[in-house]
Amino acid sequence: MIETLQARVNNDAGLVRRGRYLTTSFLLEVGQSAYLISIYQGRIVSVTPGPFVMPSSAFALRAPEEEWSKFWSHRPPPGSNDLLALIKRRVLRAEGDLWVFMSHLRYFKEALAKLRAEGAAA
Amino acid sequence: MSVTFEPIVGRYMHLELFGRPHRIYVEQAGEGAPLLCLHTAGSDGRQYRALMNDARITAQHRVIAFDMPWHGKSSPPAGWHDEEYQLTSARYTTMVLEIAAALELDKPILIGCSIGGRIALHLALEHPERFRAIIGLQAGAHVDPYYDLNFLHRPDVHGGEVAGAIVSGLVGPDAPDKERWETLWHYMQGGPGVFKGDLYFYKLDGDIRGRVAQIDTERCPLFLLSGEYDYSCTPEETLAVANSIRGCEVTIMKGLGHFPMSENPELFLTHLLPVLDKIGRG
Repeated sequence: MIETLQARVNNDAGLVRRGRYLTTSFLLEVGQSAYLISIYQGRIVSVTPGPFVMPSSAFALRAPEEEWSKFWSHRPPPGSNDLLALIKRRVLRAEGDLWVFMSHLRYFKEALAKLRAEGAAA
Repeated sequence: MSVTFEPIVGRYMHLELFGRPHRIYVEQAGEGAPLLCLHTAGSDGRQYRALMNDARITAQHRVIAFDMPWHGKSSPPAGWHDEEYQLTSARYTTMVLEIAAALELDKPILIGCSIGGRIALHLALEHPERFRAIIGLQAGAHVDPYYDLNFLHRPDVHGGEVAGAIVSGLVGPDAPDKERWETLWHYMQGGPGVFKGDLYFYKLDGDIRGRVAQIDTERCPLFLLSGEYDYSCTPEETLAVANSIRGCEVTIMKGLGHFPMSENPELFLTHLLPVLDKIGRG
């Protein structure tokens, strides 16, 4: 499912345009599963599943699988509807160079919400 | 071409606050019992546009919203360019009381959201005699910081973009897109460091946990309304405040978030109108 992120993001012209100054790699951890996601000028160029020996990334987003499941549900419940809601509940850990994440916060919120069940609000 | 005008009228008021001249933008609509509205951190009085445009409210209320200094169309005081803006409990209290007095409001009903809901608790505690009733939206006694506030004000992060993105998830899921993005636009328009300066009050200086139970609702009725989807001031935090104050009435609003009056006015008014009706009969 995570691999579909590439097409879902790249098919949204507005999202790609808003990310045009964003070139980075970040690590997404869903429970024990890790994915290295590379972005070039707002387009996702690769989603590489782990495990990794020495993954290099600007930052990492780590949360238990059940938390991501709620976040990616059709209508997330209160407390699970936004990356910052997960961070506030201390279930999502954002680690590394968070300047990249925070300076493009809308991009990352909208990109990861793309994995929600079809028809869900961003 | 046919155009329409809203009934809202805006003017600039000059008054002295904290010993310095200020130019404050004030909007109002309607006639009747004054209803003084306080906006959230980093935004402005436009959040109350729907209340001012709704005849169910303006038929019996004079709805007034001012932009706090540094916000919206109000200016920062002269000399601002060399200062760091920081809102404190003392200044916020003074500002609300001075502006209400300058507008010659006789015991207005106060409604405030987020930081406005927090100062509403301070005012309910310290100046209940000045208000006919107090309505706190998204009012909690304290919020711990849950992200590094320094990202809100640094040259290599766009302040408007990051402010809008930080609060975007605080809007409830049922908000119409038009109102959701209008609400976020206000955040995106904030001046450098202003949202951060407001949060100094919200997350540090304005902690009222130790005193909130002393609020006496016999002296001024207190109503708390909070949106279900607010993770900044959660329903649990509002309920904790309400349960510690005798006589406080509380409503958790399903489907709404942190900006009920702005993000989803239709839904919000179904909760607010009965409260105003009760205050009117009281």
